Order: sequence, then structure tokens, then C-alpha cells
Amino acid sequence: MKVLMFGWEFPPKIYGGLAVASYGITQGLSKIPGVETTFCLPKPCGEEEKFLNILSMSEVPVVWRDPDYEWLKGRLQNLTPEEYYQFRDHIYADFSYKGTNDIGGLEFAGGYPKNLHEEIGNFNIIAGVIARTREFDIIHAHDWLTFPAGVHAKQVSGKPLVIHVHATDFDRSRGQVNPTVYSIEKNGMDNADCIMCVSELTRQTVIRHYHQDPAKCIAMHNAVYPLSPELQAIPRKQESKEKVVTFLGRITMQKGPEYFVEAAALVLKRTKNIRFCMAGSGDKMNEMIDLAANLGIADRFHFPGFQRGRQVYECYKNSDVFVMPSVSEPFGIAPLEAMQCGCPSIISKQSGCGEILEKVIKTDYWDIEAMADAIYSICTNDGLYKYLQEEGLKEVDAITWEKVGERIYNCYKKVLGWQ
Amino acid sequence: MKTVCLYFEIHQNIHLKRYRFFNIGTDHYYYDDYENERSITETAEKSYIPALKTLIEMAKAHGGYFKCAISLSGTALELLENYSPEVLDLLKELNDTGCVEFLAEPYSHGLSFLYNKEVFKDEVARLDKKVTKYFGKKPQVFRNSCLSYSDEVGETVAEMGYKGMLAEGARHILGWKSAHYVYSCNRNPNLKVLLRDASLSEDISFRFNDSNWSEYPLFADRYAQWIADTPQEEQCVNIFMELCALGIFQPLSSNILEFLKALPEQLKERGVTFSTPSEIIANNEAVSPIDVEYPTSWVDEERDLSPWLGNKMQQEAVEKLYSVAERVRVCKNKKLQQDFDYLQASNNFRFMSTKASSGGYRGIYDSPYDAFTNYMNILGDFTSRVNDLFGGAENEEINSLLTLIQNQGEELAVKQKEIDKLKAMIKRLEPADAEAPAKKPAAKKAPAKKEAPAKEPAAKKPAAKKAAKKAEK
Repeated sequence: MKVLMFGWEFPPKIYGGLAVASYGITQGLSKIPGVETTFCLPKPCGEEEKFLNILSMSEVPVVWRDPDYEWLKGRLQNLTPEEYYQFRDHIYADFSYKGTNDIGGLEFAGGYPKNLHEEIGNFNIIAGVIARTREFDIIHAHDWLTFPAGVHAKQVSGKPLVIHVHATDFDRSRGQVNPTVYSIEKNGMDNADCIMCVSELTRQTVIRHYHQDPAKCIAMHNAVYPLSPELQAIPRKQESKEKVVTFLGRITMQKGPEYFVEAAALVLKRTKNIRFCMAGSGDKMNEMIDLAANLGIADRFHFPGFQRGRQVYECYKNSDVFVMPSVSEPFGIAPLEAMQCGCPSIISKQSGCGEILEKVIKTDYWDIEAMADAIYSICTNDGLYKYLQEEGLKEVDAITWEKVGERIYNCYKKVLGWQ
Repeated sequence: MKTVCLYFEIHQNIHLKRYRFFNIGTDHYYYDDYENERSITETAEKSYIPALKTLIEMAKAHGGYFKCAISLSGTALELLENYSPEVLDLLKELNDTGCVEFLAEPYSHGLSFLYNKEVFKDEVARLDKKVTKYFGKKPQVFRNSCLSYSDEVGETVAEMGYKGMLAEGARHILGWKSAHYVYSCNRNPNLKVLLRDASLSEDISFRFNDSNWSEYPLFADRYAQWIADTPQEEQCVNIFMELCALGIFQPLSSNILEFLKALPEQLKERGVTFSTPSEIIANNEAVSPIDVEYPTSWVDEERDLSPWLGNKMQQEAVEKLYSVAERVRVCKNKKLQQDFDYLQASNNFRFMSTKASSGGYRGIYDSPYDAFTNYMNILGDFTSRVNDLFGGAENEEINSLLTLIQNQGEELAVKQKEIDKLKAMIKRLEPADAEAPAKKPAAKKAPAKKEAPAKEPAAKKPAAKKAAKKAEK
């Protein structure tokens, strides 16, 4: 089975959860014999793992150029000159009005630049060339950025389209959707043959707010990768009287940081041996610093800033409690990672990962009293801490991408009518 | 002759209210009065009242033929006194028919038997007194919280003078044996143990209304036939369940009461009688002692204490609770002792169970963690109140004083024995002395002996009192 996959992010360049999920899904699929995945990425950095074919969108020509074979060999990173010439034969319209590069391709800044909508359009144009050139059985598009490309590929090839909803604009904006984004999302969903949602919560949003047929919406929960030996080797925080409670993520409206600060204030009213840490950055950061100061807890409330790579795991390993009070979290992989590091988690009931986790404490995001109570309880009762730590580790170890890959494969077969 | 022993448990716990950690130290009232009233009146209306009325009707219809046994926990009694006294009236009416035997159990329906024998004995005695007061007869047979039994509990219960005890006929303790015989405690043959027939009991309490069950619908004639069909030599069939199985677990609409009403007639036809536990114990010899090293219970597939003590949270909560048990026992603060009773109820720990089989009723709690957090908050306040009473003295200090008191008590008991012995000796000697011609040595000897033992307790007492006083502070 040949899968043509469109994605926006892929490790090692990570902007958000999307990269990790894309990696897991393709890795899981790669374990199934006979599945061959081509992953179309706007701007690969060349250091991606080689278990799948990465296709660099910026190397696919959309305007006729006639570069020399030998020169091309040195110029291209992901493609062979033969593949380049093959793509060149399938340019379907005149895109010379676009600013193309030396090989007739379109450049991407990568990530989420200011001209995101233009890049999405370019991505769509190139997808047309690819869909006309390559042979594949099914199309799989991750998140709204690649939906137009997926729809385009479906229209020119007639192959079924599976779209993967990692988040909707309703989650990102607390209901105040951006109409442009919404229309792209809605169009993608309308044209899809199967909609994979990262949780039942997201599935319900898709059904309710995007008016999709429930029969084609499937909850496909994410998983988590086992910790690498280096990360495993990071020492776990020593048991001490001083406890550390951590929030880690983008400090934005979606993540509910203010509830964490409020809960911290409640806890600190009663106890003194707990420190709070809000790691990450985002548009609400200054507001949160202000809030913590206003509540008079700034001495015990710390903002270490954005954490990357290994730092994230060091942060989990040095925490006694991890809190994710997201207002609306399609999945939320962070608590799973925290549990891998032996850190008990408290998550909001509005988080998708809660659907597959039992060994965590779930509270409503707005219920700061319950959240404060849970924080206090884990910090003061060793039985609860140990239970969540040990059982949580067991639980999270059983959630693997291999299982997700298998489920996705079965889903493909159903969509293709092979089953 | 085959006989059936029917026993019903009446227990409701006092529900705890939502108690956040910031209430610790400011709010000392832990109970959800609304929920207490609601749940007991609901249970009474749906189950206790109709079920007891049926039992009374059956007792009256069958003269002395129909018999059963009932036990009440202290908390259930209190709830019934407060909110549903009509249930108590019905119990008295049932008692007047003479066909019911009331059993003893721990007041709190808690797990004190595992942690503090003194507390356990104390609360059993309290319930015993209360039941005697209500129904005019001192219980002879004991049943433990959660129908838990082990050799150790059996020994303690035997010491307290009970003649029999109910227990679960768990497969792992019976092995090839049958539950249809009377057994005895292996540490004290004077205590007979009646084992529940789990399958026949749960046919009524769990499966009666289950339409997926292969025997559904169950009628009294078939059920009576099952009992009659057990091997000839098997003496007694023990059917134990909670009273709320009639009406709550199995709704009244399943006609469970009609089934019950029809049962005596059917059993009579097949030559099976009814007996109370005391009668079975009086009429049957134990066939063998039964070995139960680890406590059993009547819940879940494992029939052990895992629903209450299966995970670390439950263990921590229970251990923390009983860590102050001794202090609560010796203090004279009635309010604290009452709170201690309510906090001990095993239901509180059941709510924290993470076993797959315990996903059902959780009261006000969302999850086991929520139940644990709430309980630990309350316990935090409770233990600090207990410790305040002892003047914030260090644990070790108090414990050493408590052991001192205990040791001195034991010492006194030994001395008392000695005194008695000596007194007896004097008595024996005195007539001999009277006969003896020399009067002087006899007169000298007696007062000297009397003085010596009299001195010792007098000397010890102030020390013990001091210690007790210190403890009370």
C-alpha cells in the first residue's frame, strides 16, 4: 500500500505537537509490511530519519527550467535528478508569476511565518504536481495547513483522502474562530473520505461544529514514544520536603495558564513548602507574571521560559506534579511524557488524552479548588504520589505508536474497500 | 435434616462531604447531611421497609418455621434513628415474632480488627450493648465488617465470648471442602464458623434480575430444589446478603419479594427447615477447624480485602487513620470518638479502589483519587484535632506513656493475682493457726502480709494517673 502523506512539521525540527505526532504515525505505519509512506514536507532540514521517504516540497518544480544533470545532482537534497525531470513533465499550469527559485521550485520559510496563507497556497500548487506524477493508493493530510493539498491531490488522482485532525480552530481560539481557517478546515473535511480525530473530544467538535457525518469520523488517539536511554538516565528528583509543581506548554489562552496560577495561590495560602513553575512562552506570559505578582505568590512562582529538547524532560524529572489545565486540548501529549518521567499528572477533563488515561487526576479546568486540592493531595500524601507514579508508568508504557499504526492501517483498508 | 440459614446485613455509612484542604483546621464537621438523609430514606423506602414487611409477613404466616438473622452496624442504626425510625419499629415488630436473631458486629463497620484489637473489642461491645438495648437479647453470634474472617479475628471474637461467627465460603479457603458444614476456628475450637454459600447467596443478591443469566427467571421451586439436591449429609446452607439486595440491587419490580415469600413453602415441601445461626451452632458439631491465614471477605472474585486495601492510597489512608486509634480510644472526647467511628467505615476506603470491578457507585467522588484526596483532607483535620488534645506532644512520647500505662495495668493484674493467691493461702493457714498453740506468730504474720501487697498498688497508682493525666491534656 502506497501512502501519500502531507505534513507541515517533522522532527528534528519541532514547532509543536504536530511534528511528534507525524513522526509517531509514520513510524508506526513503517512497522507494517507492505506500507510505503511518502511524506511531503515544506522544508526538510536533511536530518530526518530515513524509515520513510521525505519529499521536499521546495525541490519539486512548478515552472519549467532546464538545469544540467550533474549540477542538479549536487543541488538537490531529497530528490534524484530523474525524479526532478519526472516532476517537471507534470507541471500543469503556468506559475511563473510566482517567485520561483533556480530550479523552478517554490521556497518555504518553514514553521509558521507571517505569510502562512501564501505558503499554504504554494504547498497546494506543488501537491498538484506530485499527485499527477506519483503512484499512490491513499492520501493522508495532517492538519488544516495541508488540507487544501490533500483535496487537490484527491481531485486530480481520484484516490481516497484521509484527513487527520490534530486540532481545530475551535480549540485554539476558545470558540472565536478565524473564518479563513474555518473555511479551509471545513472544505477539507467535506472532501475527506475519512476523518481521523486525535480524541473523541475533537471528534465531537468536528461533528458538531463542522457538521460532518459521524460515520466517517474516527477517534484515533495519539501515543507516545518510549524515552531514549539518555533521557531515561536523567536523574529523578530526590525526595525532599520542597515540592515542585509544573505547568509546561505554550502560555496561551488554549492552555488555561491562569487557572494554574489561581490554583497555585490557593495552595500557597495553606502551605509553604511547594514551588510552582510555569515553563514555556506565549502571548499570555506577561499577563501571568502580572497575575502571580498580584496574588502575592511571585516568590514561589517561577517562569523559567521556553524549554527545548532535553530541558523538557529535565523539567518533568524535577517535578512532583505536572498540571495541564487546558481549556480545550485535542489530545495533549505532555502528560504522557510527564508520566514517562515518573511525574504524576493532573489534567483537565477537557483534554483528549484523558480518554485513554486512567492513572491521572482529572478536574474541570475552571474548578481551581479541585485542582488545588489535587495538587495539595499529591504533595502531601505519599500513597497517592507513589500510586500515580508507578501505575502511571505502567499505563503509559502500554500506549505505543505501533498500535496506532496498526489501527490507521486497518482504517486505510476499510476506506479503500480492501477489507 | 437440612437447614437453611438466612442472614441479612443492614449497613449504611455516614457520607462525607466535599472537604477541601483549605478547610483543614477551620471546619470540623465532615458530613453530608443531605446525602445521608437522602440515601437512608431512599434505601428504607425502596428496600428496608418492604423487605422487613415481607419478613414479618413470612414469620407470621409460618409460625415458628421461618427464621432469619439480621445484623445492624452502628452507623446504620444511627441513621435509622435519625431519619427512618419506622425501620426500627419494623425490626422490633419482627423481633416480637421471635423468628429473628440479631448478631453483633463492629460499630463502625470498619477495619479495626486488622490494626487495633482494643478498639475493635471496644466498638463490638458498644454495638452489642446497643442491640441488646433495642431488641432485649444479647447477641451470641458475631459477624465482621465485610464478612471478613481470619484465624486471628476468630481468636479475638472467641475471647470476647461469642459462640459463632459468620464468614465467606471462599473457594481458596475451602478447597475441596463444602461450605455446607459447620467449622471451627483453628485457634479456638469453641468458636464455630458458618460459611456462606456464595453461589446460592449471589443467585439472589446479584443475578436474580439478570436476564442474561442462564437460570433467569428464577422461581422459588427451582431454588428450593437446588438446596434439597445438595448431598444428603450436608447439614446447613448459609445464605447471607445485604438487606438492600432486596429492593436496591434487585429492584422490587423483579418480584424478588414474591420469590422470598414463596420460598418457605417450597422448602417445607422438600423437608428443609430454617434455622438461626445460634440454633445451627447449638445443634451441630464442627466437622473440622478451618485455616484462614489471610482475611477473607464477601466481595469480588478474590474474596479478600483488596477492594478496601488493594492499593497504596487505601493502605496509606487506613494506616494513617489507625495511627491515632490508641489516642482516640484513651481520650475522653465523645465528639472525636464519634468522628472516628464514622471515618472508620470501610465504605470510605472502597471509594478509593482502583480495581476494575469497583467502577460502580462512587458517591460524590469522580475517581478513586478524588475520594482519597477528600478523605485525606478530612483525616488531616481529624488527626490534628486528636493531637491538639494531647498538647501537641511528640508521637513517641505519647506512645511510650501509653505503653507505660498498659504495662502498669498488666503489672497490676499480676499483682492482683498474687494478692488473691496470698489471701487464699492465708485463709488456708488461718484455721491451722487457730489450732496451733502459739498465737503470737500468727498474729504477726497476717498483718505483715496484708500490708505488703496493699502498698504496691497504692504506690503504682499515682504514677499511672499522672501518665493518664498527661495524656488527656
